[in-house]
Amino acid sequence: MEPAFLVGTGGAIGALLRYAVGEYVPATEFPYATLIVNVIGSFVLGVLVFGGASSDTMLLIGIGACGAFTTYSSFSVQTILLFEDGKRTAAAANAIGNLVLSLGAIGLAWLLVGL
Amino acid sequence: MRRRQLLGNIEPILLIAIGGFAGANARYAVDVLIPGSLTSTFAVNVVGSFALGVLVYDSLRDDVIHDNSRLVFGTGFLSSFTTYSMFVLDAVTDPEIALLYISGSYVCGFGAVFLARGTVQWLEPTDETEADMEAS
Repeated sequence: MEPAFLVGTGGAIGALLRYAVGEYVPATEFPYATLIVNVIGSFVLGVLVFGGASSDTMLLIGIGACGAFTTYSSFSVQTILLFEDGKRTAAAANAIGNLVLSLGAIGLAWLLVGL
Repeated sequence: MRRRQLLGNIEPILLIAIGGFAGANARYAVDVLIPGSLTSTFAVNVVGSFALGVLVYDSLRDDVIHDNSRLVFGTGFLSSFTTYSMFVLDAVTDPEIALLYISGSYVCGFGAVFLARGTVQWLEPTDETEADMEAS
């Protein structure tokens, strides 16, 4: 199928799922919703890559859905807003937490399907 | 749900879906055009952080940009254009430069947000700074 259709459809699904997570996770000072989508999306992308998904599946779910479900722009803006608000510890925890937990999620995917 | 609320509830869903469709494709296009997954992911994340920063700082300042535009461009397009999952996967698959790649993405991504703040402050000066500029 047309790559633009697969990537775009996956992208629309990923964006809507991310929006749904944002609506359901209670609004707190710490941006948990972004952390949750980044960790889950990294895990699913890891499962696809280490599990040897087909190229169409990679376009639809990997590049499209996981790519759009996870977000870097919201992460960086939210981290800076915490920092500017004087919540330096929370900003650092957000910067490190997203990285460490997402790396851990990819590691877990590798342990589950890559070995 | 009352019938008359239905269209209003569908609106944000359609706006985000359209933005997500376009944002993911724009990221894919950059990935095809720029050789190397690390370089293209770095580029979309830094550019997207700057653009989302402009949207967010505008909302905290003059609030010129309409809420529905924020849904299309922010929640839909830019959040789908940028990606965290490919960022960490790139770091894992290229461990030799992972540290440089991660720190470079963090420094430039956060720097782009500060640049966005400065840009919005320049575009939307407060009355005080405007008065200062006129006086000088």
